[in-house]
Amino acid sequence: MDRSIEKHLHALTDRLHYMRDIFGGAPNDNVALLQSKLQEYRERQTWDNQVDPFADISNLEDLFAFVERKLEADLSPMDKVRIVRHPQRICLRDILENVYDNFTEIGGQDEHSIDPGMLIARAYVTRRRGKKTFHQSVMVIGQEKGHGEDFRNGGSVKPWGNAKALQYMRVAETEGIPIHCYVFTPGSFPVEDYPGAAQQIARNIYSMAGIRVPIIAIFSEGGSGGAEAIGLADKRLMLSHGYYSVISPEGAAAIEGRLRGGERASPELIAHCARYQCITAQDNLQFGYIDQIIQEPSLGARPHHFDFFRALRQEVLRATDETVLAVRGAPFFRGMAARRRRTAENLEEYPVRWGLGATDKKRLVLRRQKKFLKLSRFACVDKRAFFTKLFNAWRDMWRGCWYRVKYDFYRKHQRTISFILEEIAAEWLLVKARMAAPFKALRWGKKPVPDPEQAASDLMALSHWVEDNRIRRWNYLSPRYKIDRTLTCPNAETYGCLDLWGPDLFAEFAGVCSYCGYHFPMEPEWCVQNVFDTNSVFEFNTDIEAGNPLNFPDFDEKIQEAQERTEHKSGCMTFEARIDNIKLVAAMLMGTFRGGSVGAAEGQKFIEAAERARENRQPFLAYVHGTAGIRIQEGTHGLIQMPRCTVAVHQYIESGGLYVVLYDTNSFAGPVASFLGCSPYQFAVRSSNIGFAGPGVIKETTGMDIPPKYHRSYRALSRGHIQGIWDRRHIRANLKQALLTMGGRNLYYR
Amino acid sequence: MLNITELLEQLKASPYEEIHITVPHTGHVSFTNIQPGDVVYGPTGAWKDKPGTQLAFLDRERNPKPICASQKGVISDVRRELDGSFVEAGTRLVTMQHALTREEVVNRLLRHSLHLFNAPERAKYYFVPNVDKKIRTGGVRSVAVHDGMEVFIMSRMKREVPLAYSGPGGCIYEVYFKHTDNVEAGQPLVGVCPPDQLASIEDVIMRAQTEWQEE
Repeated sequence: MDRSIEKHLHALTDRLHYMRDIFGGAPNDNVALLQSKLQEYRERQTWDNQVDPFADISNLEDLFAFVERKLEADLSPMDKVRIVRHPQRICLRDILENVYDNFTEIGGQDEHSIDPGMLIARAYVTRRRGKKTFHQSVMVIGQEKGHGEDFRNGGSVKPWGNAKALQYMRVAETEGIPIHCYVFTPGSFPVEDYPGAAQQIARNIYSMAGIRVPIIAIFSEGGSGGAEAIGLADKRLMLSHGYYSVISPEGAAAIEGRLRGGERASPELIAHCARYQCITAQDNLQFGYIDQIIQEPSLGARPHHFDFFRALRQEVLRATDETVLAVRGAPFFRGMAARRRRTAENLEEYPVRWGLGATDKKRLVLRRQKKFLKLSRFACVDKRAFFTKLFNAWRDMWRGCWYRVKYDFYRKHQRTISFILEEIAAEWLLVKARMAAPFKALRWGKKPVPDPEQAASDLMALSHWVEDNRIRRWNYLSPRYKIDRTLTCPNAETYGCLDLWGPDLFAEFAGVCSYCGYHFPMEPEWCVQNVFDTNSVFEFNTDIEAGNPLNFPDFDEKIQEAQERTEHKSGCMTFEARIDNIKLVAAMLMGTFRGGSVGAAEGQKFIEAAERARENRQPFLAYVHGTAGIRIQEGTHGLIQMPRCTVAVHQYIESGGLYVVLYDTNSFAGPVASFLGCSPYQFAVRSSNIGFAGPGVIKETTGMDIPPKYHRSYRALSRGHIQGIWDRRHIRANLKQALLTMGGRNLYYR
Repeated sequence: MLNITELLEQLKASPYEEIHITVPHTGHVSFTNIQPGDVVYGPTGAWKDKPGTQLAFLDRERNPKPICASQKGVISDVRRELDGSFVEAGTRLVTMQHALTREEVVNRLLRHSLHLFNAPERAKYYFVPNVDKKIRTGGVRSVAVHDGMEVFIMSRMKREVPLAYSGPGGCIYEVYFKHTDNVEAGQPLVGVCPPDQLASIEDVIMRAQTEWQEE
């Protein structure tokens, strides 16, 4: 047989297998037809009775292309997930070889790397204008799945891999070159070894919110936290067959179907979850979480699609150009040109230098932050009336003006102003004494004689203990104290704790085992009422409600049930309060409302609370009564809260605020891996669990059994994630101590 | 040396250990659906963190507490007459037969035939350097001990005290402690075998290891 025909046949067989794989082995008439045609061709060839084998194979190839185009039209979201996971899918090395003109892999090579799942390269593109050649460097960072290479771990990056990515982002920032991030990950590897998966992702997101070079992210497989670790970018492009999702469809199905102990979800349920989570590029473009889709060939890009790489190169360069031009001093004409070139064949002829000045860099960062803060506002139910919003805006404006006068003007010139005021007061005293002298002479009666005993006691006695307004009796008791029953401490086997009587435990003992100190979970109200000064709590934004933006089946009822049960409209309560007269703004994630999961409403409330704390120049406390992660039923509307809230926190901290996080009960996943984990001061209440993924998810994704106390806060303390562990009964005193020591005298350092 | 062989024969004749499951405190008992003849399992998992088969509930002050099997075995008796009644602490609920494993049999035989030297108090223990050196080069059985010989160092709160062996002379057959872990008072440190019995003990242990059928 002709070698060249054999090659063609081999390629067609590959295409056929690929097609079969991406439809999950389901019977498909079109695929069956292609198979029979191919078989027919092979048989004819064996008998050697073909007139023109080249023409036949060319026809066959046309038929393949036709069927591929036909199948492309009815790809389901789950098919796209299978495309993305297929070993023949393009990977980052293919992109480096075909999109960039030259590259050097840095931070390790292949398996000789601290984490082969994270690939970093210095690459350059060459552009020509006339006879002039421009070399433009970029830092390429992304997860490398390899084509089925074991050591890549399927692009599931360990914490140190994300740390490496952050390290080289800093290098790019120093060198002033743009960063291109390629997201090819099913999710981060959920191990809690130093620095902890969640902690490292939080650091990455926090840093990316302030990196002063253009960042372009290209999503192919955007799995949850792993994607966000390198996904906070000025421009987010997405490959047309990729997915970007808060959790894998299998994970969502396991949660939706309430499966436990290694049970498998049915393929129908998985496909159902994939459809309702709206994970495709088209959905995400519609929501505004990505800026542009890069069209792939039919049934997804594979390494031999060279035209696709060319298109990808054009789009990536254009995105970088646009980002740079948008923040340059005079972007008008070239910005217009960059937009016009969208339809042009070749943008290499219009090179744009990617360097930025100091002002441009500031503008770039601000633009990126604003972009993220604006996202997903539509996804929560905001029931505030128009006039309420108007009034709030008006009040915020005046409050802003007042605080600007108070902090930006008065505090800066405080010494001068107080000196002038003292001078005036002294002058006035003198004038007053002179003027009052004639009337004083007329006054009758004795002068008060000081009591000598009192004077002696004042001099000799020790100073009095000043009450620090400690709460000696609880203001709020858990309703469970009314139930006449005993409870067993979970540590009873280890420490021999005796049974505890409910009315004691939930009232006087504040939910703490009196034998071993184990903390039973308490209601969120317990903290609100017992930690802050009495009657000092003022809740705001109560009308922002959790909704069902993706119309996930049966979810409206679940949200409504949670709202009725907890009497809160969302899982986040934001309020202003005082601790011993120290004013602060607090956001509380409540574990009682859908497990404390964070969706668009919770994110929006958190952001507004951070902004309020910034405006008021007050400390910002995130009290995490409990959070199970991002609300999966909201899909990317939930996921996008990770970068959004982190941006808000970044702005708050950078403007000089004190951000303290306190974890109670169980805190896991997205929020810990972003806006909570990025705080420099994090504390936990005893017996709390902190981590990235729960034991079930770790078992499912990595196959590892984890020790029973793997997520205990003491482990988080040992690896440096949190700074201290507090007894629940001392939260108030410890919080005050933390505010005073970390916030300084004015509670607003800098 | 007959007695160890006899013991092995006895164990072979009745290769079970009877385990009585009792209640830890007073309360109302309600049994789960277990019958004599059922196979139940002890705690499982790499860290024994998953509790064994549930046998009954003990309810005191509306606090239902599960009572689980502590070992793998077959239930031989369930005191159904107690179902729903109030019982005192220590009342037997279930009797089960635990089939002895090879390791358990060997352990029993050794404990029976060796002279066990116990830890006098809770501490960490090491061998003295020359004994330790001998163990490293020739294994534990190369070390001969006699009454009054300094064999151990008892270390507690960084205070190290030499500890002399007391008991009949012989060679060390088995070591029951790790130098990294604390040993409770009264727990055995080593098992010592008189030199004349060494061959026969080794023979019986070998027999137990090869002939014992695990269920």
